[in-house]
Amino acid sequence: MKILVLISNVPDTTTKIRFTGDNTAFDSTGVQWIINPWDELALTRAVELKEAGAVEKITVGNVGRQTTEPTLRKALAIGADEAIRVDAEPEDAFFVAIQLAEVGKDFDIIMAGIEASDYNGSAVGGMLAELLGFNSVSAVSGLNIENGELIINREIDGGSQVLTIASPVVTIVQKGIAKEPRIPAMRGIMMARKKPMNVVSPVEAKAKTEMINFELPPPKAACKLVDEENAKELIRLLHEEAKVL
Amino acid sequence: MSVLIYTENWDGKFKKFSFELVSYGAAIAKELSIPVTALSIGKVAEDELKKLGKYGADKVLNVNDNRFNSIDNKALSLAVAKAAKAEGAKVVIFAHNNLGKALAPRVAIKLDAGLVSGVTALPSGYDPFVVKKKVFTGKAFANVQVDADEKVLTFFQNSYEPVETENKVSIEAFDPQVGDEEFATTVKETNKITGKVLLTDAEVVISGGRGMKGPENWGGLEELADLLGAGLACSRPVSDEGWRGHEEHVGQTGKIIAPNLYMAFGISGAIQHLGGVSSSKFIAAINKDPEAPIFEAADYGIVGDAFKVIPQLIEAVKEL
Repeated sequence: MKILVLISNVPDTTTKIRFTGDNTAFDSTGVQWIINPWDELALTRAVELKEAGAVEKITVGNVGRQTTEPTLRKALAIGADEAIRVDAEPEDAFFVAIQLAEVGKDFDIIMAGIEASDYNGSAVGGMLAELLGFNSVSAVSGLNIENGELIINREIDGGSQVLTIASPVVTIVQKGIAKEPRIPAMRGIMMARKKPMNVVSPVEAKAKTEMINFELPPPKAACKLVDEENAKELIRLLHEEAKVL
Repeated sequence: MSVLIYTENWDGKFKKFSFELVSYGAAIAKELSIPVTALSIGKVAEDELKKLGKYGADKVLNVNDNRFNSIDNKALSLAVAKAAKAEGAKVVIFAHNNLGKALAPRVAIKLDAGLVSGVTALPSGYDPFVVKKKVFTGKAFANVQVDADEKVLTFFQNSYEPVETENKVSIEAFDPQVGDEEFATTVKETNKITGKVLLTDAEVVISGGRGMKGPENWGGLEELADLLGAGLACSRPVSDEGWRGHEEHVGQTGKIIAPNLYMAFGISGAIQHLGGVSSSKFIAAINKDPEAPIFEAADYGIVGDAFKVIPQLIEAVKEL
């Protein structure tokens, strides 16, 4: 089987979020870029499946400018065999899905993170599945391949399920798909330099949405402190003042 | 033309969130001067379907077809898209939960619509259509303009107060005519969480962190949650250590929740954790370290030992 893992290049999750240009753009000054945490877990699971002999080849795919290449190199160092970068600004989920549909046709399994930690779209995986005519399974917390059949654990609202589904399929993965993201070893980093980084030109597409400006949440009032010895006062405040109990 | 709302039932009953969605959709429909259609897939009694009318639905389309129980994303999204086309839906609204997030992108492609996910407010404009959504896991908001005639939204729970109205609602059976070949998901096993308040539905959430020192110390938190009808949550280290299941993990890489009250015990409040809970209406924090960042996000706090505080809180709740 061949797996495509979609990789989103996002600011490190500890980044302090700021905006520039009168709040019209994310301020990327000094930002460290990482593999989107869920994509990293997806990739880790793909590598585990390859090591178990169930997968022949892992490709990572991204829509982005050359600045995303260090992130893709890291994915190669973790264990992907090749990278495909569609050389375009990822304007919105629709635009990205259209680009990925061009390069994602020949895979048995496509893995996407349940969302990207920057714009929280939760959209590209499902859109790509629809564009390719593939089925999709969301909130996937386990993926196994037995005799060519996919056995998937997924979370549903209020529980969990085990299911089987035929490939090709898009799995949209969440926590649990792999225990810990894999950290690239020195050997992996050396090998990654020689692995193919295929850069392809985008196809014509028009974004359907545009983030016109940003807002930060209003600042919080100071925390009202209650004495440890008089903790019952907290319940009184929550009941009478906040009215949430 | 209409606003179409995808409602979910739970063993034949709607949750409060479905009513919130219908109310939200009704407010949009009013601005657009078009009716509201709610779509309900599954076996739901007529009396229960009529409840959707109380929150503003003019029509309920009821799809009663057991094949959809397998939650096959391809088949379900086809059914929703067919309903949207039959109703001439200008706006299709889903919950921003597992199912909504699974279906909305597929439906958006089928309808050639613009998708905005994680919406938290009514649109600020209709021409052009602009709506606010969460970004950076609750650390900021973006105003998103949709440049498409049809819109698909996923709406964040607990962001709109349901409003009851006097509405005459018609209930219609709807057959989206989805062929057997569209269904490919074979469910082998379903484990429903029973007897516990669902974290994403809970109005009050009790949460424990590393400061609780071990899984054997959760008894007090469980008792407090029981008394308050609250959901139980935990921080990432707690689920990573296996003290609690990962379905309880709230934070950037776990669940994103927005209860009325989030009570954090022994949680320092790393930025990734706060991302998952910052939309809570109130946060109360109990932590030994007065410098813990959780106090910057909290409305109420106790600097102290959770093990001393919890029994007092239990006692106080019993006296309410």
